[in-house]
Amino acid sequence: MKAHYGYKDGSGDYFIIIDTDLCIDCANRPCVAACPEGVLEIICDDYDDEVAAVVEDHRKKIKYSCAPCKPDRDRPPLPCTAACTRGAIVHSW
Amino acid sequence: MAEYWRWKEYRWHDENKNWRDATLITAGVDVGSVSSQAVIVTDGELYAFSNQRTGSDSPESARKAMDWALEGTGMNLDTIGFTVGTGYGRVNVPFSDKAITEIACHARGANYMYGPTVRTVLDMGGQDCKVIRCDERGKVTAFAMNDKCAAGTGRGMEVFADLLAIPIEEVGELSFQVDEEPPPVSSTCVVFAKSEATGLLREGWPKSKVVAAYCSAMAHRVVTLLEQVGIEEKFAITGGIGKNIGVVRRLEGEIGIKALPAKFDTQIAGALGGALFAQNLLKKKLAVT
Amino acid sequence: MITVGIDMGSKTIKVVVLRDGEVIGRGIELAGFESREAAEKAFDAALQDAGISKADIDGMVATGAGRKNAPHTDRDITEVGGDAKGVVTLYPHARTVIDVGAEEGRAIRCNEEGKVLDFALNEKCAAGAGAFTEAMSRALEVSVEELGQMSLRSKNPTPMNAQCAVFAESEVVSLLHNKIPKEDISRAVHDAIASRIVSLARKVGFEPDVVFIGGVAHNAGFVDSLERALECKVTIPENPEYIGAYGAALAAAES
Repeated sequence: MKAHYGYKDGSGDYFIIIDTDLCIDCANRPCVAACPEGVLEIICDDYDDEVAAVVEDHRKKIKYSCAPCKPDRDRPPLPCTAACTRGAIVHSW
Repeated sequence: MAEYWRWKEYRWHDENKNWRDATLITAGVDVGSVSSQAVIVTDGELYAFSNQRTGSDSPESARKAMDWALEGTGMNLDTIGFTVGTGYGRVNVPFSDKAITEIACHARGANYMYGPTVRTVLDMGGQDCKVIRCDERGKVTAFAMNDKCAAGTGRGMEVFADLLAIPIEEVGELSFQVDEEPPPVSSTCVVFAKSEATGLLREGWPKSKVVAAYCSAMAHRVVTLLEQVGIEEKFAITGGIGKNIGVVRRLEGEIGIKALPAKFDTQIAGALGGALFAQNLLKKKLAVT
Repeated sequence: MITVGIDMGSKTIKVVVLRDGEVIGRGIELAGFESREAAEKAFDAALQDAGISKADIDGMVATGAGRKNAPHTDRDITEVGGDAKGVVTLYPHARTVIDVGAEEGRAIRCNEEGKVLDFALNEKCAAGAGAFTEAMSRALEVSVEELGQMSLRSKNPTPMNAQCAVFAESEVVSLLHNKIPKEDISRAVHDAIASRIVSLARKVGFEPDVVFIGGVAHNAGFVDSLERALECKVTIPENPEYIGAYGAALAAAES
């Protein structure tokens, strides 16, 4: 399942898309640890699968939560996408 | 003061069915930020539902929704074998046995309402807008939910209905009373769109033209969310704005796909899905004991 | 040399008149629905304040959201450029400018010459700028000034959930219904926008001195929330809403 967490408003579209079919809930949860803002967590979804998700509190302000990792120039690879070996985490902006 | 946003609250139950013949009786309660529904399902079939505005207290709203659905049926809360709570207030349904997200419940409910061919569901709710892709069993394969921004939600439409002093149920029809389709309102933001609309009214635009411009903007906005998740036929619309033909026709026009016709009140999809989940969970529970 | 700067803001039009770099007149008018008419009024008021006539003007530059629509000039500069120039001229140690207007919020990092190094905007969303406080003050049935003062008296601040001005209004109604004191609600409102503005500042990498301009700088409650979120003090010039126009007037003198 492709879960798009985030929002669109007058200023643009901001979604973190987590492919739960690819997410294998890695042992030390590297994606959760990699994020300096604590945006990610592991949840038990509606189909009883343990998968990564965006913390509820961050979903409506994801543009601001992720801003520190997204400077306009010389943007390094995002820590969360780099941490996921399966490519399950994608940012729409 | 007139309340132009107020839509009709409603309850129904199947008078041709005797619930006493049923083995499994389950319920789903969907407490949204704007509206609440309770649905009762008997042996996997829709039996009763209620649809009303959510009050200031979630548990209270859940109780009222349930009581109203039960009214006149001869059932009471103890008759229900399992209740699933869903929606924004799902953790606040005091009598529920489990909480399930509105995403999963909407997919399941749409699968019942529209049949196993439905693959993409657009839910335009009171304070959110969701696109859900599902399989033939109503299991979610992709979703996006936008509950940050009022544009594309019922609240956004209510602001306009209030501004133009038009009952919200008449907005759709009115939007077609124009000679030619006006350009959409340019501001996405409801607050700025409202100022823009005020300016248009002062320029002499009739209300129907302003409403058409806003429905057009809302439809376009929703289409971009749909395209992000991807649209696969068959396509169906649930939620309150699903009843607004001004938005529905325009968005169908933009994506070139017609939505499946609704045979039930489009606002009950979440609660209905909850009640169906509840049935499976009750079966499991009874099998174990 | 006499130059004029006009800031065609979404809510108000501001005009500044300079003689050899010194402010000699100011004018302000609500933009309303006829912004060009309002601009003329602000222009006339500023000239009168300065005691000069149109013929005395050597140069004029426009800025602001409606700058292409400004009367009496066809030269314009971006808001970001005007802000940086205006602020660094007044405060040579300024390296970060935060400008919160009615419809847009900006964070600008600049160098000692007032040249823009980086900037970030909150645009097209009422929750990112002054429109948010205005909507909330209406919901609480107080003026924006009172809203600002009430915020400073808050004893039990609790964060707002809503990130949208329309949803926040519903949330405020619900909080009032639950007997949350207006002071705490007002503080939540200011903390909410402050956090969105500070996120912009962090994006450009802010460094001191931080100067805060724009109409919202008059809001004491917001300033308090902003300083708390930035974890540093901000400098606010007198007449903060005129700095954009001031920067434009300086630009007019340069060419």
